[in-house]
Amino acid sequence: MKLTLKIWRQKNASDKGGFATYPVDHVSKDMSFLEMLDVLNEELTEKGEDPVHFDHDCREGICGTCSLVINGKPHGPLQTTTCQLHMRSFEDGQSITIEPWRAKAFPVVKDLVVDRYAFDRIIQAGGYVNINTGGVPDANEIPIPKTIADLAMDAAQCIGCGACVAACKNASAMLFTSAKVSQLALLPQGQVERKTRVEKMVAQMDAEGFGACTNTGACEAECPKGISLTNIARMNREYFSASLTSENV
Amino acid sequence: MILDSKIPAGPLAEKWTKHKFNSKLVNPANKRKYDVIVVGTGLAGASAAASLAELGYNVKAFTFHDSPRRAHSIAAQGGINAAKNYQNDGDSIYRLFYDTIKGGDYRSREGNVYRLAEVSVKIIDQCVAQGVPFAREYGGLLANRSFGGAQVSRTFYARGQTGQQLLLGAYSALSRQVANGKVKLYPRTEMMDVVMVDGQARGIVTRNLITGAVETHAAHAVLLCTGGYGNVFFLSTNAMGCNVTAAWRAHKRGAYFANPCFTQIHPTCIPVSGDHQSKLTLMSESLRNDGRVWVPASKENAEKLRKGQIKVSDLKEEDRDYFLERKYPSFGNLVPRDVASRNAKEACDDGRGVNETGEAVFLDFRDAIKRDGKAVIESKYGNLFDMYKQITGEDPYTSPMMIYPAVHYTMGGLWVDYNLMTTIPGLYCLGEANFSDHGANRLGASALMQGLADGYFVIPYTIGDYLAQTPPKKVDETHPEFAKVAQEVKNRISQLLNIDGKQTIDHFHKKLGKIMWNYCGMARTAEGLAKAKAEIKALKKEFWSDVKVLGTNEELNLSLEKAHRVADFLELGELMVDDALNRNESCGGHFREEYQTPEGEALRDDENFAYVAAWKYMGEGQEEELNKEPLIFENVKLTQRSYK
Repeated sequence: MKLTLKIWRQKNASDKGGFATYPVDHVSKDMSFLEMLDVLNEELTEKGEDPVHFDHDCREGICGTCSLVINGKPHGPLQTTTCQLHMRSFEDGQSITIEPWRAKAFPVVKDLVVDRYAFDRIIQAGGYVNINTGGVPDANEIPIPKTIADLAMDAAQCIGCGACVAACKNASAMLFTSAKVSQLALLPQGQVERKTRVEKMVAQMDAEGFGACTNTGACEAECPKGISLTNIARMNREYFSASLTSENV
Repeated sequence: MILDSKIPAGPLAEKWTKHKFNSKLVNPANKRKYDVIVVGTGLAGASAAASLAELGYNVKAFTFHDSPRRAHSIAAQGGINAAKNYQNDGDSIYRLFYDTIKGGDYRSREGNVYRLAEVSVKIIDQCVAQGVPFAREYGGLLANRSFGGAQVSRTFYARGQTGQQLLLGAYSALSRQVANGKVKLYPRTEMMDVVMVDGQARGIVTRNLITGAVETHAAHAVLLCTGGYGNVFFLSTNAMGCNVTAAWRAHKRGAYFANPCFTQIHPTCIPVSGDHQSKLTLMSESLRNDGRVWVPASKENAEKLRKGQIKVSDLKEEDRDYFLERKYPSFGNLVPRDVASRNAKEACDDGRGVNETGEAVFLDFRDAIKRDGKAVIESKYGNLFDMYKQITGEDPYTSPMMIYPAVHYTMGGLWVDYNLMTTIPGLYCLGEANFSDHGANRLGASALMQGLADGYFVIPYTIGDYLAQTPPKKVDETHPEFAKVAQEVKNRISQLLNIDGKQTIDHFHKKLGKIMWNYCGMARTAEGLAKAKAEIKALKKEFWSDVKVLGTNEELNLSLEKAHRVADFLELGELMVDDALNRNESCGGHFREEYQTPEGEALRDDENFAYVAAWKYMGEGQEEELNKEPLIFENVKLTQRSYK
């Protein structure tokens, strides 16, 4: 396959940045998208040009490191992570535009690499159960209905990649935040801090500069792990019921 | 130097309890006076950092990722073992201990392995309390499945994403301590060296991956939780960033490296598709619960299949050789990984491999789907089947998967004693980065167990014993040793940037990987290893004169990051070869063709090789010195490992 790549290049956070065009050939349909970029980078290195910087690590679709908006869609045309996308999803001769996640809360570090520390700070605000190591009850002491455990797992599968934010016209982090809120609100272990957790996490989400949710569903449509909008509904319910009875006022 | 494993005396089941009692304690008010550095935030690192911070120590946690949640523990699929015996099927701490010792082909320490089995039950309790959504039965209790090398169901799981859920649990505990101000987190920061003052580890030198700033950090103790070195093979199931640099730099400062040649080759990976391949993808071992491994019984049929002259469905039952079920009737498809891998290689070497390359065997779900229905199989393995389809473009519900062994895990690592301390006082090593518990072969679902055991339940006890004997006075970062090591790191960076050669870094990495895979992979010979050593030496020389590292230090520079890592892999590769050459026996994942039973199984030599080979760095270009820690077996009888 022969392709034309239009890639966002930006030297550092303060650089204005812009698109550069690179033709690539010798692309095989069995290559993953990132392997195709590896080939480009090897060529650039051989020519002494700075390779394109992009985030990636496990290449198994689970670490959430890879990103890229490909032809306008986070993680490209399929509902999967960029590292799991293969070139058989593209046509010979096609032109492909590659951009970083674009959101105020995710500043560009270099080229296609962005800073997603805001997500860590949302978790630090309350995405945990306040227990120390040791001194916990036996794992089978509290039975959890399978249906509830499954729903919690559905939410817990979020890989924190940020595609939801990149897909949203408001750059909202509601899907990410609600996945963690849901997981812990569903499980008995999360009950003790159920109210304070949602209040703190939502406050942090707002403080980071993520936008509001207008229920367009773009996040769910682009989420590589199929995290459902139901979680946002659940978080809204949690948040309203927490604020009505809040002890933090 | 005499290697003292510090295994406590007394009966096996009482060792850990007694040791905990005999360890000195740091009183709660004094804990806040001690600083601890944790490098790496995978299962071992995140759990250790969180647990130590909970106790009151001041922790600094470092990761080269943008977030602790990205560590490669996240990719573990199948599950975590624990001797809960919830299934009433005969499991016990002793059985998990025994299975692990036997699975490791009797090359691990009894004391360590027993402790691992003992604390395994607490790990599950801890994770459930954190909100880890393990799989459950309809009655609400926890579900289990079976894994290779065991005849009981003791593996807890969260769909095919157990590592993810356990890591997110540890990450949440870590995040809580970051919020409490007890852990200071340094993302996108790579450890470049250890700083020693008066013979003790007292800090590290790091490079900020965004700005290139070389910085020093002081502490009373340093924990390396930096994972395995499988990427020395270039192609492996490890994440792209996995590297040996932290452990290797510690090695060069005096930490012994133990059993470097013990590498696990995982039997169920998606086969290589071409030269462009950047990594290999694992298909969880749990698939062997329901999938049947086979190749065509005859070479002729295999060849026709490879050429596309016949289809899989053309092969009748008698044309198929379910070689694991045939050779190992009692364990069948659930033999340990080393055995399964070697048999797959044998079948392919025999000309009966499938796929265009002839380097693959089938993993077939036809019978399981017929027996249980597609829905049941989908609920168990849905995400794995999707991943397979995504990568290969083929649907495993209708045609069998093709799999081939790939490098997956390294049992070797920095030598540690029972307290997880390396040969450098104050320097600890946890998780896959150390060598301690898996012997010559790790059983499935035991890596997660070991990482979390080390971090949650071992280091919080053992570090106290050391710190109680260390004055709480702040470690002085102005000590000249910090500036000296930082300068050495800077010199190395400019050396790499100034070579200005012609070859890319990947060129060297791929070449090294080929040498390692061909001569130090699934089957090894003295002759091949000697050849490998010469080739690696030459490659290393070429690297330092002809590598091309672009850009500057003062920016995000992927070439520079990679150059450091590959330079260290080149040195490690040579040591792995030395170790494989020294070990004149076959055991677990280390298979020397010269040493095999008439049936082709690994032939151990307990008389001469029942020891841990711990290597001491002797200086640039020098041969490393071998130190032996004899393995003492008081409870299990060493026998020829049999899964027949």
